[in-house]
Amino acid sequence: MIEFDRVSVTYAGAGAPAIRDVTLTVGEGELCLVAGHTGTGKSTLLRAVNGLVPHFTGGTLAGRVTVDGRDTRTHPPRELADVVGYVGQDPLHGFVTDTVEEELAYGLEQLAVPAPVMRKRVEETLDLLGIADLRHRPLRTLSGGQQQRVAIGAVLTAHPRVVVLDEPTSALDPTAAEDVLAAITRLVHDLGITVLVAEHRLERVAHAADRLLYLAGDGTVVDGPPADILATAAIAPPIVELGRIAGWSPPPLSVRDARRRAGPLRDRLAGHEPPTRDHGGDGTVGLRATDVVVRYGRHVAVTGVDLDLHAGTVVALMGRNGSGKSSLLWALQGAGPRQRGTVTAGGADPAALKPADARRRVGLVPQTPADLLYLDTVEAECAAADREAAASAGRCRALLDGLAPGIPGDRHPRDLSEGQRLALVLAVQLTAAPPVLLLDEPTRGLDYTAKHRFTGIVRDLARRGTAIVVATHDVELVAALADRVVVMAQGEIVADGPTADIVVASPTFAPQVAKVLHPQPWLTAADVAEALS
Amino acid sequence: MGTLPRAVHPGAWWLWALGLATAASRTTNPIVLALIVAAAGAVVARRRGDAPWALAFRLYLMLGGLIVASRLLFRVVFGGGGGVHVLFTLPEVPLPAWAAGIRLFGPVAAEELLSGLYDGIRLAAMLICLGAANALANPKRLLKLVPAALYEAGTAVIVALSVAPQLAESVLRVRRARRLRGGAGKGVHALRAILLPVLADALDRSLTLAAAMDSRGYARAGTTPRPVRLAGGALVVGGLLGVCVGVYGLLDATTPRALGLPVLAGGGVAAAAGLLYGGRRVRRSRYRPDPWRLPETLTALCGAGAGALLFATAAVDPADLYPSLSPLTWPQLGVLPALAVVVAAAPGWLTPPPPAFAPVPAEVAA
Repeated sequence: MIEFDRVSVTYAGAGAPAIRDVTLTVGEGELCLVAGHTGTGKSTLLRAVNGLVPHFTGGTLAGRVTVDGRDTRTHPPRELADVVGYVGQDPLHGFVTDTVEEELAYGLEQLAVPAPVMRKRVEETLDLLGIADLRHRPLRTLSGGQQQRVAIGAVLTAHPRVVVLDEPTSALDPTAAEDVLAAITRLVHDLGITVLVAEHRLERVAHAADRLLYLAGDGTVVDGPPADILATAAIAPPIVELGRIAGWSPPPLSVRDARRRAGPLRDRLAGHEPPTRDHGGDGTVGLRATDVVVRYGRHVAVTGVDLDLHAGTVVALMGRNGSGKSSLLWALQGAGPRQRGTVTAGGADPAALKPADARRRVGLVPQTPADLLYLDTVEAECAAADREAAASAGRCRALLDGLAPGIPGDRHPRDLSEGQRLALVLAVQLTAAPPVLLLDEPTRGLDYTAKHRFTGIVRDLARRGTAIVVATHDVELVAALADRVVVMAQGEIVADGPTADIVVASPTFAPQVAKVLHPQPWLTAADVAEALS
Repeated sequence: MGTLPRAVHPGAWWLWALGLATAASRTTNPIVLALIVAAAGAVVARRRGDAPWALAFRLYLMLGGLIVASRLLFRVVFGGGGGVHVLFTLPEVPLPAWAAGIRLFGPVAAEELLSGLYDGIRLAAMLICLGAANALANPKRLLKLVPAALYEAGTAVIVALSVAPQLAESVLRVRRARRLRGGAGKGVHALRAILLPVLADALDRSLTLAAAMDSRGYARAGTTPRPVRLAGGALVVGGLLGVCVGVYGLLDATTPRALGLPVLAGGGVAAAAGLLYGGRRVRRSRYRPDPWRLPETLTALCGAGAGALLFATAAVDPADLYPSLSPLTWPQLGVLPALAVVVAAAPGWLTPPPPAFAPVPAEVAA
């Protein structure tokens, strides 16, 4: 169905090709997972399939890509629209119309499908993806998971033979991600559509994939069954790491596989206790919030929340999209609205202080960190951060070098990788040395290596006595990072306690290792490795 | 009429509203104008759906009120003394000699105030009529009715319309984020700190959108050869230029006769041919197009009828339309204008009711 024949792509001004000498064939009805570190060319590979590379992005493509017999050299993306459906990273930004039904019909209108056929296909697609009750809803009011399913539906109506998805679940909470994955597997199994998925969070899709295309980092592609490649690849979901530690070959990809083989491992671990994390600070309350209420018009986002943050503790704030996590963080920092309740940090209410004073008590890294950056170079951003925080010159740069060494000072902040940009914003906020640090969805778009480094940085800050809150959907991150977990639903706190107590028994929030080793309270593969060594 | 609920063709609503606006433009009689606004309001109240744009009518009413108020204010500030019935006198501000002919404050006469009021009401009524069309018909659906050859331009407008609110949202988000960095800096510095991320964001979004539209088949050329496409475009552009020159020639008495009507007609024909020729090559279909049936025709006729009735009144009894200010008289409501108002309100009963959609849950609407 998809054929790459000695394909290399070189972007203008780049020293090395993004992908190099790739030859592969993807057959009909395959679910093919594309994995690799950030910047190894996953998006390039995906976009080459429908001709966006090079027709839209520029650059030089050598070799030949054919899809269903059509050469992308002679067929720009619009002429491939009836064969390849492409869903980009952020579905909301790719919507052309206002409502779900119009969006589903848009592609068909372009393809000049007759009106009766169009009507029928829209109805079928609404049912196929379980979004019939959303048909008249404005797209902007949908949740992340619903938007992703509508975006998939919008390309499906054209009856493509190939669907290409770029990180479909990275912004979603675990349950919404399951919904989207269920929709994807249904396309493959019931309709025989070929699906190509790029995803950082392998734990979410690896078990469903028939095949893995692993981008090693030098532009080449390693192609094979997922278990074989992941056994040795530099990136691996926690379950594969556990498999490596336990010596299972080939490594398991699903919790069910692993659990069936985990009996002996559980016996070996029976006498061991999971390591307790060392707490920094003296455990004093860094921030106390009582009865916090945030509302937007008639919609109440946060409903009377009480929360204490202790110095040296990392709190993970979890809950589905729209459960009030971000609103709560903004209210705690003082920059967001708060209609009722009190917040005290360092003896004062941050909302009543000047912004420059508030950030010395509570620092917040927002969901889109790039909003904070506005200068041309990393160097200039660091200098501005020193001035704004009245810190000694060079402090921000020193912090940045501690977080992510080796970022050139003359680089434009927008050209940094996601992980580097996060490090820069974190350094900017840490320049003011706040004793309380709030992070909103920091690991979106980070690969395993960057996430691992981020975990180290945050643990290090906690050891030195900072009270930290991380709002996240990433259960594996929580398992590796958090001392305490707070779960929110409908603006209320529904669970609050030590990480192991909250996540181990939860069907949605349990990390893979906990699911495999249940009832023993192990959270990460690293903990297991430490206990066995 | 026991018809099933459905959306009425947006073109019908706009024709109706234009008819009403024409009617309003023919009179300064406040009673007739108020009745026309009331008729438009009645139709909106009966036939608008529950979509976001349907709430816009209130906005137009407020805008109308603002227009009337500002007209009155101007009459008071810049000398309202042109009449015999002086209501009150404000202390006059003396102006230098070069500003002769302009007066600030001073006596305010009833005639001047009323003339300002009538003028303001007329303008407000015309605006409110167009607002009614906006509230009744999705402006984006109207854009979909453009000829096939102009489809690309229509889509560009639609996209621009949806990008504007996103831009506002972006500005709010970045401004809020500014506080997190201490919110330092004023003037140009602060502006730059907000504008740069917003513009970068807008650019990213536009590129994403363009890629998405391209991948979904937007602007598929099919098999039309390039020269044919170019010829179609050249005909349209050339024709429109001809129309412009022709109109200028007609209106400006000093230009030669040959530049007037002949060029206008030629340009019109060329543009129409270009649109038809260009439209034929475009292969595209419409999803659930709004049908044009009897209620649509009736609605359009009602609008045209209201306009025509006021034109007829102007010929029969102009005093009904322009109440005299000197001497001051009480405005009268004639038979023909009254009939026009009834005709204007009729679509509220002649058209099918709008379809009811499941309401958007409150928590996601925020």
